[in-house]
Amino acid sequence: MHTLLEVESISKKFGDLSANVNITFSVSEGEILAVLGENGAGKTTLMNIIFGHYLPDSGSIKFKGSHIPFGNTKESINLGIGMVHQHFTLAENLSVLENIAIGNQSLLGLSIDFKKIEKKIINISDEFGLSVDPHAIVSDLSIGEKQRIEIIKTLYGDCKLVILDEPTASLTPQEVDQLFLIIKSMVKAGLGVIIISHKLDEILRISDRIIVLRNGELTGSMEKTNFNKTILAEMIVGKKIVRPIKKEGRKKEKLINIRALNVSPNIGSPMGLSDINFELFGGEIHGIAGVSGNGQRTFAEFLAGHIWPDSGDIFVSGNHVNKFTPEEFMNLGIAYIPEDRNSDGVVGELSILENGILTETRNPMIANQFGFLNRKRSKDFVSEICERNDVRFQSLNQPARLLSGGNIQKLLIGRWLKRNPQIIVACQPTRGLDEGAIASVQSLLLTERDRGRAVLFITEDLDELLLVSDVVSVMFDGKLIGPYPSEELEKREIGLMMTGGDVL
Amino acid sequence: MRLESRESYSPFLSIVAPFAAIIFSLFCAFILLFIAGAPPLESFFHLLKGAFGSPNALAETGARATPLILTGLAAGIAFRAKFWNIGAEGQLYAGALAATFFGTGLIQLPQFLMIPFLFLVGGVAGALVILPLVILRQLYKVDEVVTTLLMNFIILLFVSYLLEGPMKDPMSLGWPQGSPVIDNGVLPQILERTRLHFGFLIAILAALSLWIVLSRTSFGFKIKAVGHNTSATFHAGIPVFRTVLIVACLSGAMAGFAGITETAGLKGYLTLDLSPGFGYTGIAVAMLAALNPIGIIFSALFLAMIYVGADSMSRAVNVPTYLADVVVAITVLSVLVSLILINYKIQIGKLRF
Repeated sequence: MHTLLEVESISKKFGDLSANVNITFSVSEGEILAVLGENGAGKTTLMNIIFGHYLPDSGSIKFKGSHIPFGNTKESINLGIGMVHQHFTLAENLSVLENIAIGNQSLLGLSIDFKKIEKKIINISDEFGLSVDPHAIVSDLSIGEKQRIEIIKTLYGDCKLVILDEPTASLTPQEVDQLFLIIKSMVKAGLGVIIISHKLDEILRISDRIIVLRNGELTGSMEKTNFNKTILAEMIVGKKIVRPIKKEGRKKEKLINIRALNVSPNIGSPMGLSDINFELFGGEIHGIAGVSGNGQRTFAEFLAGHIWPDSGDIFVSGNHVNKFTPEEFMNLGIAYIPEDRNSDGVVGELSILENGILTETRNPMIANQFGFLNRKRSKDFVSEICERNDVRFQSLNQPARLLSGGNIQKLLIGRWLKRNPQIIVACQPTRGLDEGAIASVQSLLLTERDRGRAVLFITEDLDELLLVSDVVSVMFDGKLIGPYPSEELEKREIGLMMTGGDVL
Repeated sequence: MRLESRESYSPFLSIVAPFAAIIFSLFCAFILLFIAGAPPLESFFHLLKGAFGSPNALAETGARATPLILTGLAAGIAFRAKFWNIGAEGQLYAGALAATFFGTGLIQLPQFLMIPFLFLVGGVAGALVILPLVILRQLYKVDEVVTTLLMNFIILLFVSYLLEGPMKDPMSLGWPQGSPVIDNGVLPQILERTRLHFGFLIAILAALSLWIVLSRTSFGFKIKAVGHNTSATFHAGIPVFRTVLIVACLSGAMAGFAGITETAGLKGYLTLDLSPGFGYTGIAVAMLAALNPIGIIFSALFLAMIYVGADSMSRAVNVPTYLADVVVAITVLSVLVSLILINYKIQIGKLRF
């Protein structure tokens, strides 16, 4: 096997932060190399250097034996390095064929030979088992299908090395299986593959070799023959992770009761809800699974008071609700942890202090009757949030955008918990967090459940769903299936329901 | 060329950068004066003399700064909430119309009531102009840049119609102008025999009050939060619609105040050339001050100095007064670039700033 890529002593700093320190590794033809590490460990930076997005401070990269110039994406593509980004870069309103044509045509060309492109697409999909319809419009496709198009786009440029950045992030278990078959056929054809991920189980299944990054440094590597999950987990985190333990739950009174709820699609929430019947009890974590875009977010936003329903009744703690504003739902004791914490949770440019009191502008402790803010009390208020929830920061006055994802999430959750909510609606609260932060967010939710609060927990990560929830429902096409007790469910059954199959 | 976000905020840079920008723009003015064939240093001397050289010059600068402070506040407060009110010019005329409608004999009050009353109706008029536009934006996402801008022309043409017809002063010998504001409504002079009037103090008072509201109260906090991230603010249960509505009305009211100071303070009556674009210059004033109300006082004074000084410079060294506009434009551009420098590192090839 020939060595395809040789990375030697690559270092990169952003300001004072070392994103990559002296990293050396190589990939051979027909090999699957996994790069593991938490968020912020430097995986994506490293791949961006190889792909030519960033300039390294020092080091060198050889591809098929010759040095590649840095900071030249075009040259990297020409040499045969392709990257499938975590966030897709497809034009939603165009067809598959057109999307692939865009990336591979000269801007000045007068005509596009669609026939030729289509033929090549069909060749590629036959060779690697990537079934797609070249004439389908991208917006009609599922996430797994969109990913396949991204892969075809990459392979279309005759690449020799494919970099996949978090490819399984939002796939169902079935889609992951399909993806892995595709990857296997790629290496069979002699390509090299680099997979970036933080999901250990999946990586162990597919890769030939694993390297681990932590805080920008290469902390270890391991061959397939001696893979060891426990050791790898410790290499990734650098310490032992205390997984939250779920104690026996005690179901209490009914806090939310929803009857025959219908919500029509609108601009903010393209997927509507149809005929939802739902009950949420105190002392219970109700997990909702679903492929993103099937209405989970709409449901969560409805429970946060953002959406007026078309029909249906909702009772919170026995009271019939007929006013749908965030203010009203906050007063009913509902805390909403939004899916996108950076755009819907914190105001990045404002300080930690200001973000901490954003929900408290009507709190007489914080703002007096003339509307003047009490700086001293605000400071005490936010300091307490940060202390109790282990939010780490340099100064309360630093902009919140400088906090890590985990610290932002802990600040947001802490801010809501200060209001003593009876019901917590958490939408993908652990997405994109590192293992340590995931564990602390999960145990925060479990603690609230043990205190008798009701928690609605929406996630795409099925391991997490089964670990944390007491009961599980599945959202598909705006309808709610379930609930089922979580002990009686298998991951694969949930996966099937997520794609519309009947199981139980 | 790349921009990289700075990790930390440098107080030193945030003070030095705008001043460096102003010095840079004066340097550009230097070159322009040179090209225009005037001795640059002498021209600057005349500019400063024209703006500060005598009590009358000072008073004139203050009088010119008055509407600029108010329109600057109008832009400043709205821009903080990312409501792009480009319509201060129209709102100013709406205020001036209110002054002419109520202040020329319809209502008679003693002076200590008449002046606040005029400001009240002027402010309400400015706010009423903006009200439908902010509702359109909040409910139907109609771009306020377009609506507020176009509203300027509607109002100006409306004023033109009124001054040629129903509101024309019968004593004006045929000139299209409104009747004079009654004596009790006229803003008293601060300095005898100059044009500096009471409106200047009111403008400063307005700036100070807005500063307190913006920096100390929960309402000011909400404005800031809405401006930086509407969605997160909404998620936190803050009534975004109401906040933007009040901000827009306050903004319109400030511009309406400027209409009052010009009608009841400077001129005494409404004409079509009441404002040589104060509404638009107010945007430059606000940008120059990075939307800070206290800063707006100083940037309004700075621009007033350039405009007033440029008049006497043009007489003394025979260059066009348009140079003032050019200098103001360059200053605003350089200050905006300097603000980018405060927040971002700039990398061009291997060079870093």
